Order: sequence, then C-alpha cells, then structure tokens
Amino acid sequence: MDHPSFVHHAVLLSLALFGLGTLGVFLRRNVITVLMSIELMLNGANLAFVAFSRAAGTLDGQVLVFFVMVVAAAEAAVGLAIVIALHRHKDTLDIDAFNVMKG
Amino acid sequence: MTASPLVQELVIAAVKVAVIMGALLGVFSLMTWIERRVLAFMQFRLGPNRTGPFGILQPIADGIKLFFKEEVMPAAANKWAFLAAPVVAVGTSFLAVAVLPYGPPFTLPRLAFLPTWLWPEWLWGRSVQLQIATIDVGLLFIFAIAALGVYGVVLAGWAANNKYSLIGGLRSSAQMFSYELSLGLSFVGVIMLAGSFQINDIVSSQAGRAAGWFLGWNAFVQFPAFLVYFAAATAEVARTPFDLPEGETELVAGFHTEYSSMRFALIQMAEYINMITVAVLATNLFLGGWHSGVPGVPSEGLLGFVFWGGKVALLLFVFIWLRGTLPRFRYDQLMHFGWKVLIPVAAAWILVIASFVTFWAR
Amino acid sequence: MDQVLFYAAAALALVSALVVIGQKNPIYSAFGLIVTLCSLSVIFGLLGSPFIAALQVIVYAGAIMVLFLFVLMLLNVRSEQDAPGRGGRTLGAIAVALVALLVAQAGAVLVRAEPGPAPAFDASTQRMAEILFSPQFLYVFEATSILILAALVGAIALAKKDF
Repeated sequence: MDHPSFVHHAVLLSLALFGLGTLGVFLRRNVITVLMSIELMLNGANLAFVAFSRAAGTLDGQVLVFFVMVVAAAEAAVGLAIVIALHRHKDTLDIDAFNVMKG
Repeated sequence: MTASPLVQELVIAAVKVAVIMGALLGVFSLMTWIERRVLAFMQFRLGPNRTGPFGILQPIADGIKLFFKEEVMPAAANKWAFLAAPVVAVGTSFLAVAVLPYGPPFTLPRLAFLPTWLWPEWLWGRSVQLQIATIDVGLLFIFAIAALGVYGVVLAGWAANNKYSLIGGLRSSAQMFSYELSLGLSFVGVIMLAGSFQINDIVSSQAGRAAGWFLGWNAFVQFPAFLVYFAAATAEVARTPFDLPEGETELVAGFHTEYSSMRFALIQMAEYINMITVAVLATNLFLGGWHSGVPGVPSEGLLGFVFWGGKVALLLFVFIWLRGTLPRFRYDQLMHFGWKVLIPVAAAWILVIASFVTFWAR
Repeated sequence: MDQVLFYAAAALALVSALVVIGQKNPIYSAFGLIVTLCSLSVIFGLLGSPFIAALQVIVYAGAIMVLFLFVLMLLNVRSEQDAPGRGGRTLGAIAVALVALLVAQAGAVLVRAEPGPAPAFDASTQRMAEILFSPQFLYVFEATSILILAALVGAIALAKKDF
C-alpha cells in the first residue's frame, strides 16, 4: 500500500493525463469530445491532488478533489445543455460552426 | 500438515466466492421458474408445468435451448460494443454481490469424521464471515457499482443499431440517472443512525433498538426512507412498474431486442442478479439482516441464515407481485415521480433524521 | 500485488485516455473516458483514499458520463467528418508543440524529485467529514450547493425548447 514510488508515478501519470486532455481540447472538432477532454484534464488535476495529499499526509487535497468533482458535475450539466441548444440551432456539433455571437 | 495463515485465508476466500457464485446461479435459474409460475397463478394461468414435477426443471430446459440456439448479430451492429454489453452487465452485477453479508458470522463445526485433506484441523471451530469482502466503505462501493451497472444496458441499446433498442437505452440512462439520486438519499438516514458505511455495522445497529423487537428495524423506524429505497431500487433494476427500458409491449423488449442465445441469457442473468442484490441490500439495511426481530429467539449461526433467507425470499416475491399487479408508468409520470415525489420525500426525511441525531441522540 | 494493480491501472488509464482524444466517434471517446475514470478510481484507492475512489466512480463514471452518453445518444452523433484539427494543421502543430513543451518541463522537474518517506495517513470517511465540515471548508461546501442549484436551473433553462 505504501510503496514510495506510487506517489511519484501517480504525479507523472496525472501530468500525462493533463497533457492528453489539453491536446484533445486543441485538436478535436466535436464539442462533446472537447468537453470530455476537459474532464480528462480535471481528472489529471484530481490525481495530482490525491497524490500530493498522500505525500503531505493531510486531507486538504482530497477535500479539493471533492470540490473539483462538484464543479465538474455542474460544468458537465451546463455544458451539455449548451451543446443541446447549439445542436438545435445549427444542426451540427462542429465547434468551428459556432462562430457567430448573434443568434 | 497445517497451511500457512495466508494460504488458509486464500482457501476460505476462494471457497466463499465459489459457493456464492454457485448459489447465485442456482437462485437465478430458480427465480426464472418461480417468477413465471407465480405470475401465471396471479393471472389464472398455469405457467410452465411440463418439465419435471411442477415444471421445476424448466430452467434447465431453457438453458439447453438457449445454449444451442444460433447467435444472431445485426449486420449494422457495432460488433465490439454488442459483444461487450452483456459482459459489462453481468460483471457489474456480480461485483456488487462481493460486499454484501449473507448471515451472522458462522462457526465451522468440528467434522472429525471427514478426511483431513477435505476438512483440515485449522477449520475446526473457526469463525467465518458470510461475506466475501468486508470493506469500510461497503455501502458506497455498492452504490458505485450500481452506478456502473447502467452501462451494460446503455451499451446494449446503442450497439444493436436498432431504433427500439436505442430508445430503450436512452430511457434507461435517463431513468437510472434520476432514480440513483433518491436511492442514494434513502441510504443517508440509515447511515446517519448507524454511524457507519459498513453493512455489518448497519445490520447490528438495528438489532439493539426497541429492545430487540422488529419494530426497531430501519424499515419501521425509517419507514419513509424504506419506501423511497424500495421505489428507487425497483426503478434501478428496471422491474415493473419501472420497466420502461424493456417495455415489451411498446419497444419489443427495448435494449435487448437484438440479443439471442447465450448473450440473451447473460442479460437476463444480470437482471435477476441485480434484483437479488437489491433484495439482499434491503434485507440488510432495512429489515434487520439476519436478526429474528423477536427477543429471545436466537439468530446465531444457521438459524440467522434462515431468517435472512426468508426475508430475501419475501422481498423477491414482492417484486414478482408488483409485476403481476401494477401497470407500467408513462415516461413523463416516471420523471415526475422520481424528481418531484421521491427526491423531496427523501430530502425531507434526511432533515428529520439529521435533527434527531443532532438534538436527541447525543 | 499492489504494485501490479497500480501499474496495470496506470497503463489502462493512459491507453484509454489516448482513446478519448484519438477516436473519431465520440461514443468511443466516452467509453474510453469511462475506463480512464474507473482505473483512476483504482489508483485513488491504492493511494489510500477509499472515499474519493468511491466518489470518483459514483459521481464521474456513474453520473457525469451517463449524462454525456445520454446526450450523445439523444443527438445521435455520428463520427467527425474531417480528421485534421480545427484551424488547420499549423495551429494543431503549434498546440501539440506547446503541450509537449509544458509536459517536458513539468516532467523534468518531477523526474528529479526525490520521493520522501510517506507520512502516516488516515483518509477514512470520518476524517474527511471532519475536515469538510470544519469552519475552514464549511462555507465553501455550502457555496457549492448553490452552484449545483444554479447549474441545475441553468441547464434546464438552456435545454428547454421554448418558454
């Protein structure tokens, strides 16, 4: 359970996940995939929080993970509602199609 | 020869897993027969009564039939997801079983007449938990696995590339999503009174109340929570009146329209095992687990297991009874009931229990 | 045993994260993300936080991802038509380069870091609750409930067809 390299490698993994999520946000065209990439970035951050919390021996990091999850849930609900509204409006999910401020 | 403690633990765990898996499969096949017979009697029919005495061999006949049937996969189906869906469904339903207790700690008898390789001395008088894994966050674990269970249905509905299946999958995701909330909220009062997520602790917390009478069980002390749990759990396992994902009269069996042969059997198995899990959970959380509910009547050992099994069987019968009695909800009624009735009731009940715990119980 | 589990979960998380950003069909991406979330939950458990591990599966895999799948099936989303990133290949290449630079920078720092001895750690649900409901976080906690309520109302208002 307390293998010292766990924390170290978990932080590296969180870095990789965050990087992959960022790439997804930049490179993908589908709005929903972009939202999922953001979830991936948030999860990378969460993993770093948990790993550092383990290393420091305090629970503050875990409480922050709790709040990140709450915010992620709110973000997903609102984000997907916006996606539905946009899809109804433009009949596409291509993020480049949503380039006009005026409805 | 005495085995090392680790080997002893491993052997006991492996035997427990094997016994529980076997028992579940047996109860599952028995349930398919009981359900059809009981429903038939409720509707003044006979039900399957040809195979064996009272038709009790019907599940075996069904198994043979399903085993030898041709597997059909729709040409436009997503092959990978179509194959994975029943596996996901069965996998999650078996995982949830791992943390449920099945009775009081059981002291193994001293069977000296058995050969030592079969019943070695280190088993004599050893106390065994009738539970595969005792973990601190047991209830949360079950809740997490129940949350994953929806993916089997959603995957099946989407992969078949059939519009009825897709509607079934869509309905199922919305339904599980809505009723999971009230399911979780109905646990909160129970957890607060017991002060633990461990299912064993919750069971024993009920035994001490009301001088050991059954009136101290959570089903009576927390009657609103019990009702909410029962409604939400029925919806979670998609039984009538919440069987919209299947809806054989409107969606031609919904998410599993395109499944045949053994994959169909797997999906059925997952549904029945989920139903058994829900009944076992209700027994442990609300109906006092293996306790007799009458002071003076012992509930240790085998007797406790009998009480426990009786309660589970009663709940399973209620599920069948509901199916024989109630019509299916309409989709808007389902959403209305979930969001505007169950969740407010559950939330109000949490408030009641929280004030009780804060102001009186300390 | 724990080590095997840890590295298997880490590898699974990485591969499925690649699936999330690499697949054209968003449904595959969603399933990839579900696998990532579940393997992260295993890692959380191994790092000694069973409560967060359970929450990860309940909230992320059980609620948020079901919502994603629901929307994907509701809109009946097809694959992306065109593979290269938006804004053309140049912008995509710049983005990849920048992210690679960032990851390399942070990775260089992390690889050099010496893991110290892990301190005693108690992340039981009770300890979590004591910290979460201490004055330090209590108001934040109450604020998140308002956030959730606002999100709920906002989502309904946005997704509703007409008023």
